[in-house]
Amino acid sequence: MIAHAIFFYTFSIIAVVSAIMVTASKNTVHSVFFLILDFISISCLFIMIGAEFLGMIMLIVYVGAVAVLFLFVVMMLNVAQQKNQWFAGQQSSRHIPVGLIISTLIFFEIIIVIGGWKYKPEIFDINNSISQASISNTHSLGQILYTDYIHVFQISGMILLVAMVGAIVLTFRQRSGVKRQSYIKQISRERAEGVEVLEVQSNKGVKLDD
Amino acid sequence: MIDIGLGHYLTLGAVIFSIGVIGIFLNRKNIIVILMSIELILLAVNINLVAFSIYLGDLAGQVFTLFILTVAAAEAAIGLAIIVVYFRNSGTIRVEEIDKLKG
Repeated sequence: MIAHAIFFYTFSIIAVVSAIMVTASKNTVHSVFFLILDFISISCLFIMIGAEFLGMIMLIVYVGAVAVLFLFVVMMLNVAQQKNQWFAGQQSSRHIPVGLIISTLIFFEIIIVIGGWKYKPEIFDINNSISQASISNTHSLGQILYTDYIHVFQISGMILLVAMVGAIVLTFRQRSGVKRQSYIKQISRERAEGVEVLEVQSNKGVKLDD
Repeated sequence: MIDIGLGHYLTLGAVIFSIGVIGIFLNRKNIIVILMSIELILLAVNINLVAFSIYLGDLAGQVFTLFILTVAAAEAAIGLAIIVVYFRNSGTIRVEEIDKLKG
């Protein structure tokens, strides 16, 4: 129990500090790296609490794909030099009280909800029916994901497909002046436009490009 | 304090959610950091869902976490594509200078 508490506090302190650094860091590349650190510590928490599959999926999807995508875009757009300061300029200081008030309000609302759950736990019925040790988390998740939630699962696959097509369509750019191979033009050539038969008179030669 | 329960995980989720909201409001420089704050908010939601799923013994929370993960990945891809196109067209992604739609 002591080890559980130590690991929980370590990972959650790392997560909270790196979440603060994501928003407060001056360099955008540093905030992407702190985002990666945040995802890693949260996935450690997931593995610790017993959701191993989701912890691994968090590592693969967020750290492996999303964070690297962020890093790629930050480096491609070369915005690391645009410094990201909190308290710079008149424009930003106007929004600071509003943001602090709204986020503290949200925080205390969630804390009140948690307190209600903590001090009156009998309003929810707790059944630990699925937590048998004979079957692993991944196994049980797969058993309900491909039976009860199969339609939602396939719809999420369609969402990923649409997002992929949308991202490609948005960023696709046809450059002019670049010579590319066009299969349609190559296949649809006819003999009439490629070959011309000329009557060549003697001692005259043939004039091309007329 | 020592006995880690559901409340600790929910508090962690609340803290990270609030940090994400603060990040959206306070960041007036770079729109990529705003996207990262949105990722933080979705991460806090995932923490809540997984904690409830484990402590209430219901696997539906973890299934929905998977779907939130899917939607978050799609959202990040589309958002970054829009940012790339905007940067290509206007040369800046600073938040104060993105005011074309204001009229």
